[in-house]
This record gives sequence, structure tokens and C-alpha cells, in this order.
Amino acid sequence: MPFECPLPVQDYESVTLGHGGGGRLMQDLINGVLLPALSNPTLDELHDGAILPLNGGGRLALSTDSFVVDPPFFPGGDIGSLSVHGTANDLAMCGARPLYLTLSLILEEGFEFERLARVTQSIKRACDEIGVQVLAGDTKVVERGKGDGIFINTTGIGEVLEGAEISARRIRPGDKLIVSGGLAEHGIAILSKREGLSFESEILSDSAALWPLVKAALEAAGRGIHALRDATRGGAAAVLNELAASSACGVVVDEHAVPVREDVKGACEMLGLDPLYVANEGKFLAFVSAQRAEQVLEAMRAHSLGRHARIIGEAVGEHPGVVRLRTGLGGTRVLDMLSGEQLPRIC
Amino acid sequence: MCLGIPGEILSVEDEFMGLRSGKVSFGGAVRQVNLSYTPEAGPGDYVIVHVGFAISQVDEDEAHKMFDYLRELGDLEEEIGPEEEGLP
Amino acid sequence: MKYLDEYRDPQAARQLVAAIRQRSTRTWRVMEICGGQTHTLIRSGIDRVLVEQVDPIHGPGCPVCVTPLEKIDRAREIALREDVILATFGDMMRVPGSKGDLLRARAQGADVRMVYSPTDALKLAADHPHKQVVFFGVGFETTAPANAMALWLARQQDIANFSVLVSHVRVPPAVEAILQDPECQVEGFIAPGHVCTIMGCGEYEELTERYGVPFVVAGFEPLDLLKGLLTLVTLLEEGRAEVVNEYGRSVRPRGNEKAQEILNQVMKVGDVPWRGLGVLPGGGLVLREEFALFDAEKRFPAIEPPTEEPSECIAAQVLQGKKKPHQCAAFGKACTPTHPLGAPMVSSEGACAAYYSYQRYEEASHAL
Repeated sequence: MPFECPLPVQDYESVTLGHGGGGRLMQDLINGVLLPALSNPTLDELHDGAILPLNGGGRLALSTDSFVVDPPFFPGGDIGSLSVHGTANDLAMCGARPLYLTLSLILEEGFEFERLARVTQSIKRACDEIGVQVLAGDTKVVERGKGDGIFINTTGIGEVLEGAEISARRIRPGDKLIVSGGLAEHGIAILSKREGLSFESEILSDSAALWPLVKAALEAAGRGIHALRDATRGGAAAVLNELAASSACGVVVDEHAVPVREDVKGACEMLGLDPLYVANEGKFLAFVSAQRAEQVLEAMRAHSLGRHARIIGEAVGEHPGVVRLRTGLGGTRVLDMLSGEQLPRIC
Repeated sequence: MCLGIPGEILSVEDEFMGLRSGKVSFGGAVRQVNLSYTPEAGPGDYVIVHVGFAISQVDEDEAHKMFDYLRELGDLEEEIGPEEEGLP
Repeated sequence: MKYLDEYRDPQAARQLVAAIRQRSTRTWRVMEICGGQTHTLIRSGIDRVLVEQVDPIHGPGCPVCVTPLEKIDRAREIALREDVILATFGDMMRVPGSKGDLLRARAQGADVRMVYSPTDALKLAADHPHKQVVFFGVGFETTAPANAMALWLARQQDIANFSVLVSHVRVPPAVEAILQDPECQVEGFIAPGHVCTIMGCGEYEELTERYGVPFVVAGFEPLDLLKGLLTLVTLLEEGRAEVVNEYGRSVRPRGNEKAQEILNQVMKVGDVPWRGLGVLPGGGLVLREEFALFDAEKRFPAIEPPTEEPSECIAAQVLQGKKKPHQCAAFGKACTPTHPLGAPMVSSEGACAAYYSYQRYEEASHAL
């Protein structure tokens, strides 16, 4: 029986940064405060987006995401492009082609117009790249000191590809686990901009729109793709734990198979960070039926975004809900979710 | 404790407040590192870095000893026969 | 990455495991002193493949774990002052004090900033002349020379708005306290490779002479630990109480003399409290008189009275190796990484956190 923290989230008198970290604290907040109040069958799935069947046939996907990244401009992107990619990717993770976005801006008094213009241009470029349109929006301004320069929320609608049935419940023992490319780039890019952690060599965020890659994978395997999730806050480890928890399976990952670019790895080593827990913005994990896995892998590798895609593990019947890492010595160890955010360490 | 990672010195400057420091590469991620405690290390040398300070220069000969030993172990295994697998 | 990846080679690891199994005739109780070594041991599963050869007793070498509750509270108190920027290593942010951790203090309005290097804290002071920048200087002998350099520079460059809250500990007195304990079960030690990189091996040679136990200085990668254990088991099997350096690529017999020189100019040995072990004579480092001006304890006199440890946290016994984390009644229940009672559950080097993350599902079922 797994040990659960018996103390309710209300034990914290106020929200801490850890509650936004994508780990256990965030889960506690969702499960402890939000779900009890708002629960319904669709929401309870806690998937990246909701799938809505249309009367005339066909399905829509609906998703929302907020963006609070600091600094707003970072190597490889900015809060604008992130706000498009983030929600578009949530839709892609439902097997849906992103079509429309709403755009809500919360601006802090004093945020320069020049920077707002750059963010807007970036949003436009990102939309054009993937054929998405902003249909509705809202702008608010808050007093100086009450916002971090700029916060953005985007809500997206997409069209689910026919035949795509994406759900953690479809994961079966024997399914192969594929990662679309090298991990930890976004988190390191952001961290490197903070004081004291700067690198002379630039590590770029991997922020990217994933639909084209997902489409390629779906076209190669259709129903063979059982589950998809992009690895954002909390890293690949968080996502794998979420997927395992929502499925009836356990997951085993090959430690040595996980792809990480050499310089990103060097930065992680220096800061004492485990790449499996570092944020990404352009990578996803997929559980694919064993028979179709090689096909999917080939299709992904043929695409520029998926050149480094790799099979890194599988779903298993043992230890349902738990993710284990196969180590070099031949044993396995648990790959748990973190409680809050992973912090650089000296120890 | 004491996370110390090996990196390659790319260049040396007297940068931080007049102290000897340099650009060190960790697999391609390059950072300024204080080199005051490794006065003999220069470009091309590897140093162990802890909290932004080089605390020692990696001794290549010593580093090889591990692998010489492993090779010997391997040779020994060949002589007396293969080890039984018994690992979980 | 050179000098790193090679020491993680799985095949070589299996070779060394086989060698240890061959060499040992009984289960040896050994203590790996350093938290980083504990971390590798458990993370790579070494303890599980050597269950019959080695019973590891996890040592107190986690500076985060042994920072007294009192100091965390002081750091928090200082951080909450309007005119202060508290700069700290990431590790200290989540260690619980009696009124919460530094992250929570930040949520309450304290200006707490994470730094990677003590000189970054010094830069902060130079960049913010109208603020007081206080650096939370924790660590073992490995970190002390870096912290000392920040102080040395502050005095040389006259950066008056900089000060350090010092909480430095030394390994040998803690090891001695463990050896002097009549209940001590430890037969041999894996000595901390980066502490010895600074200080050399001399202090452990003294301990070997006085207590007749072997010390093997080892690094932090799987092959380093395995080679260290192989040598330690060999010494134990042959009844040899010696010090052997198995981290020669970083450790010289006399250590880093330049680092020791600066360290000795700024700090001196003092009696310092260890969380879980009490005050150890000579157990830590304190600032020399010449640097009293930069001592944050003096610059910001304490407002609140000193604090007591919660009785539920058996960190003391875990740190001394008397109990394993899963033997603690609070482990996994009242005390989890999300809601830690004591430091060993918070620090990524802490034995409790390692056990919780990597092994809880097995240990839990064995403990039940």
C-alpha cells in the first residue's frame, strides 16, 4: 500500500511556489481544493484537454493554459510563442489539430509597449506557423507590483483526428514508451537566465508546436497510439507518474536510454538537477502498442522535431501506478514525482 | 554532499574582482569558474568544480588506475573462467 | 562527459560487484559518511546487490540535514527584515525551521534569492548597495574555502553591505563522536571524497590510529563507490586498519593547500551544534575576529528565543546510523517530502528522502 501524506492541503495556510511545480503539491491542490468543488466525469479524467463529441459526428478538443514565465523573453522563445505552443500542444495531446485560440492578457502597469509589441509579433508568428487563428481575446491591466510584467492565458479548440483514441486508460502492458526527443532544454534555458546561474553558451528552450509530429505519429499508427502527454512542468517524471496513475499499468523506463543533449546534461550535472524532473516545452511521451512502435518511431524520426525520438521503456502489468527506472546494475528503483519544484543543489 | 563535477578549462582570465577565473565547459555548457584554488590548471586541463570554484585539478594518471584495475579484473576472469551471473 | 560517464559504466559496475561478492566472507557494517555517497548508493541500487556483503549505515554527511533548527530560524528571521536580501544555496530553501522554511518566508514577503556560488551573493551586494545582503553560508570543509573567499573579497573590496550567516561543520569530530558511542556498530568507513580534496587524508589517518578502523576515501559515481567498497571489504577481511585513497584523481594526500590557506585566514575551528548530535567540540568552523564585522549573527542580533527540535523526528538516530529511515514511526506518514518533519526528509542527500523516493514501495512492505 503506497504511503500517502495524510495531511490535507489546507495544512498550508497559503499557496507556495511548490504548488505550481507540477509535482505532488500541485496534485494536492487540484485534488484537495478544485476537484471536490468542480468535479464532473470529463474534468475528473484530468487529461490535457476535454474531448467533446459533436452532434453531426466528429469531435472537438478543448483546452486552456496560463503562462507566467519569468523572464518573459528567454533563449529560444518568449511568453508569446510559449502561450501559443503550450495550448496547441495540449490539443495535440488529445489527438486534435489546433484550430482556434482565445488570448487573454493581464498586463502590469509599466510594462513597456515595445515589449508588448514583441510578444504580439511572436504570437502571430507562432500562430501562422501552425495555421491557428486568435478569435477572441481580453486585456486587463493591474497596478504596478500586482503582476509580473505580463501573464497570458490561451484557450484552444481543435479538431480530433478521426480514429484517434487517446486516453491513459488505453495503456496496456507491453506498450512501448516513446519520447519525442532530448529532455530538460526548456528548464535549463529558463534557469540560465536567472542571476548566478548564467551560462556563456546559450541553451535554447525547445518550445515548439508539436501537432505536425503528433499527426505523423497518428498517421503511422492510428489506434496504436494509446496515450500522449507533453512533458512540461515537473518534467518527464511527472507526466509518467500521472499516466501510470490514470492507467491500470506500471511503467518501466531504461535510465540509459533517456536522451539528453550533452550540454544540457552538463548544465544539469553542474546544478545537481535530474533531467527527468526538468521542464520541457517541445517534447512528448507516447505509449504505443508493441506492434506499431517501430513504425511510429520511424515516422517521428523522419520529422525535424522528432529526429531524436527513442523508445525508452514500456508499460507493464506489475506495480500498477508506479514508475520504475531500470538502472545499470540490473535492478530498478522507483521514479517518484517530486513534491514541489526541483531546486539546484550544492550538496 | 559536495556536488563536484569535472569540467574542461577553455580559457583563463583574471576576471572576478581580480581573481584568477576562467571559462569551464561541462559537456558544452560553459560557465565562469573561480580558479584561485587551482593555480596550476590551464586551458585543456580538467578541474572538479563545486559551487563555482575549482577545488582540484583532475589527475589523469590517477584516473586511469580505475580502468587499469578493471582490465586486470577482466583478464583474471578470463584465466579462471567466467563469473556466474547472479545479479537480480 | 569526460571523467564522469566512464565512472557510470554498467558493465564495469557489475564486474566490481562480482569482485566484492567474491572477496567478502561475511556482512560488513560500513558507514558511508557523505550524503552524496548515500544518494548514489541507493539511487544506483548498489546496496541491494550487495545485501549479503555490506550493511551500509548512512552517515551524517549532509550539511543541510545537520544545520541546527536554530540557524534555519535565524536565517528566516533575518530574511524577513525589510532591508535584507538573503542569498542561499537551493538546498536550504525547503528545510523546515520551527516556523516554516525559507520558501514559505519568501511567500510571506522575504527577499530570498537562490545562488549557485557564494561569489554570486557578493555580486548581489555590489549590485544592491542600499540593501543588506546576507549569505547563508552552510556546508562542510568542501564548501568552506569558497565561502571564505567571498568573505575575504568582501573585506578586501570593502563591500560593507555584505555579511554571512555561518553554519559550517567539520567531518572528523562527527566521525569521532560516532566511534566513541558505546553502541557504535561501524566496522569501516567510506570517507568523503570532496571533503578530502580540500583537507587531505591526514585527519583520517589519525582516526585510524586511534580507533583501529579502516577508512577508504572514495568519490561519488557508482564505480567510485564500488571500488571504495571493494577496497574497504578487502581491508576488513585482512584485518587492516589503514587509510586508502581511492579518489586519487581528485584527492592529494595533503589536500588543497591553497584552499586551506585562505580558509585558515577567514575561519577557525570552533565548538558548533549539529542537528541531531548536539554540540561537538571542534565540530565546526567559525569566523575569525578579523572578520567579525561580516558576521550576520552579530550584525543582526536575534529577536526570537532559540528553538527546540520536534520529538517525533528521529533524525538524530538516523544521522548516527542507529536507525534506518523506514524504522521511524513518522516515515511516510506524518513525515513525507511534501510535509517533512526533519531535514533528512528534505535534503536530496538526506537518507530519509532517498529512502522515500527510491524505495518506499519495497521498504514499506517489509516494514509492515
